[in-house]
Amino acid sequence: MTSTVNDSAPAAARPVSGQYRSTKVRRQRVRAAWTFLAPMLVTLALVAGWPLIRTFYFSFTDASLSDLGNVFFIGLENYLVLDDGRWYGVLADPVWWRSVWNTFFFAIVSVSLEVVFGVIVALILNAEFKGRTLVRAAVLIPWAIPTIVSAQMWAWMLNDQFGIINELLMTLGIIADPIAWTADASYSMWAVIMVDVWKTTPFVALLALAAMQMLPKDCYEAAEVDGIHPVRVFFRVTLPLITPALMVAVIFRLLDALRVFDVIYVLTSNSTSTMSMSIYARQQLVEFQDVGYGSAASTLLFLIIALATIAYLYLGRKQLNLGGDA
Amino acid sequence: MTSRRFNKLAARVGFWGLVALVVVVAVFPFYYAVITSLKPSGDLFRVELWPSTWDLANYVQVFTQRSFIQAIFNSILVATSVVFIALLLGITASYALGRVRFRGRSTVLLVILGVSMFPQVAVLSGLFEVIRALNLYNNPGGLILSYTIFTLPFTVWVLTTFMRQLPMELEEAAIMDGATPWVTITKVFLPLMWPAMATTGLLAFIAAWNEFLFALTFTLTDSQRTVPVAIALLSGGSAYELPWGPIMAASVIVTVPLVVLVIIFQRRIVSGLTAGAVKG
Repeated sequence: MTSTVNDSAPAAARPVSGQYRSTKVRRQRVRAAWTFLAPMLVTLALVAGWPLIRTFYFSFTDASLSDLGNVFFIGLENYLVLDDGRWYGVLADPVWWRSVWNTFFFAIVSVSLEVVFGVIVALILNAEFKGRTLVRAAVLIPWAIPTIVSAQMWAWMLNDQFGIINELLMTLGIIADPIAWTADASYSMWAVIMVDVWKTTPFVALLALAAMQMLPKDCYEAAEVDGIHPVRVFFRVTLPLITPALMVAVIFRLLDALRVFDVIYVLTSNSTSTMSMSIYARQQLVEFQDVGYGSAASTLLFLIIALATIAYLYLGRKQLNLGGDA
Repeated sequence: MTSRRFNKLAARVGFWGLVALVVVVAVFPFYYAVITSLKPSGDLFRVELWPSTWDLANYVQVFTQRSFIQAIFNSILVATSVVFIALLLGITASYALGRVRFRGRSTVLLVILGVSMFPQVAVLSGLFEVIRALNLYNNPGGLILSYTIFTLPFTVWVLTTFMRQLPMELEEAAIMDGATPWVTITKVFLPLMWPAMATTGLLAFIAAWNEFLFALTFTLTDSQRTVPVAIALLSGGSAYELPWGPIMAASVIVTVPLVVLVIIFQRRIVSGLTAGAVKG
């Protein structure tokens, strides 16, 4: 999706026919286009553009939630300030850096697992077998369940005293004592990752499946005739060909994972061992009512994601050009 | 020959084992939530795969809570309004972006893409101010407004990809007949876009139905909450004794409609998701 903006755009709206270029009809169409775009652009400006600017502004003030109208400009103090020989501000807060680390750890580990499992599931769904539609419907179920609900369902299954997971592992003799999955700092991040992987693997699987179904059949036939092992065919043919589609899924999921909020909020609430950047920012903003400080954290989060997106767009275009597509 | 046949058999068994594993992992948590919700509270803490006694008490408890009924109503109101607004603004915008060539179109597309990648927390304080200024705090209106931030870019994007795939001749004929762009949209494209709009609307509905961060932040009282917030905040007297039975019952109630929708429209959903990502 991201990498193809500029590649597919020029081909998209060819002029209807040569003869009416820069004629009255064409001018009318362009004017109509902007008229049609205006309501959408105004709405986006109201809910995204303006609030974003205000968040930047608040991050340089001492605004509090109860009184947003009466604010003082305090420069960079929310970000970093030296006071009495000690550093204060978001950038000096170890909890912030912990949440940055948590967010990246969560994003990279869960997205990697989702890609591996997603490709496996897609390979299964790509095979011809009886009941394939049924299996595909079953695979879609985790995706359809609201994140809050899936977090609650897993919280119940992972319950330390009465959860089925502990019961199962103890019956199988894998663990001797129940594990406090969501409370114990050494397990809670993995619990969060597991729930996220369970919920979003279907999305990656669907994108991978769509890519697989567009592959040409003949090279598989050729490989079969030559008696090449299917595993080899997968790594040499399928994987390279679906990589562009997988990259799209990866960037989608990464950007989504970097702003993770709800699954962590429900499973482990505000515990520092799983706190993400979004949780940190919201806690400062809403629970501590410190809009200035919280906005500084939000701004940093925005900058991190913007940098990631720009890096991807840049790398993605480069890769695409190398592929000879352009 | 026999070893080859054995290998083939092993591969088949392995394949079906894998299929079974995938299905069990995908479905089991939901199944477990359903049977938990149907257990009487005394049996709740006994782990079993099939309840020994059935009981609808948890559902009765959830449905007699006025605030939960209200939350369902709020969720339906917010999600349908958001879908309606997003489709209305999206169909005209996607015509402009998909069918007309004009300067600045790539920029608009990039802006839309940028907004859809947005971390929602980044606009939280600014949006809070806007919502308060419009007097929409603790009101479904505030949620409807704020949800356009993620439904609108998505809707425009997917509808644009669908719009591009329609044949050029249709529009040529309309232009030859002297139809204005507005007439072209409503009379020529709208009838053809219904399937695409149904898909996009469904996906936007699911996204709005599931949203949590804004719903948690922009509402205050029980009567204004949406379902995800109501479920997340369902708790008993103490933090240590969560009412798991009612929580699971409420979860099942809000999930069943979605699961049914997804199973019925799975083909459409798949095409909508991939149109948004792969072909875009």
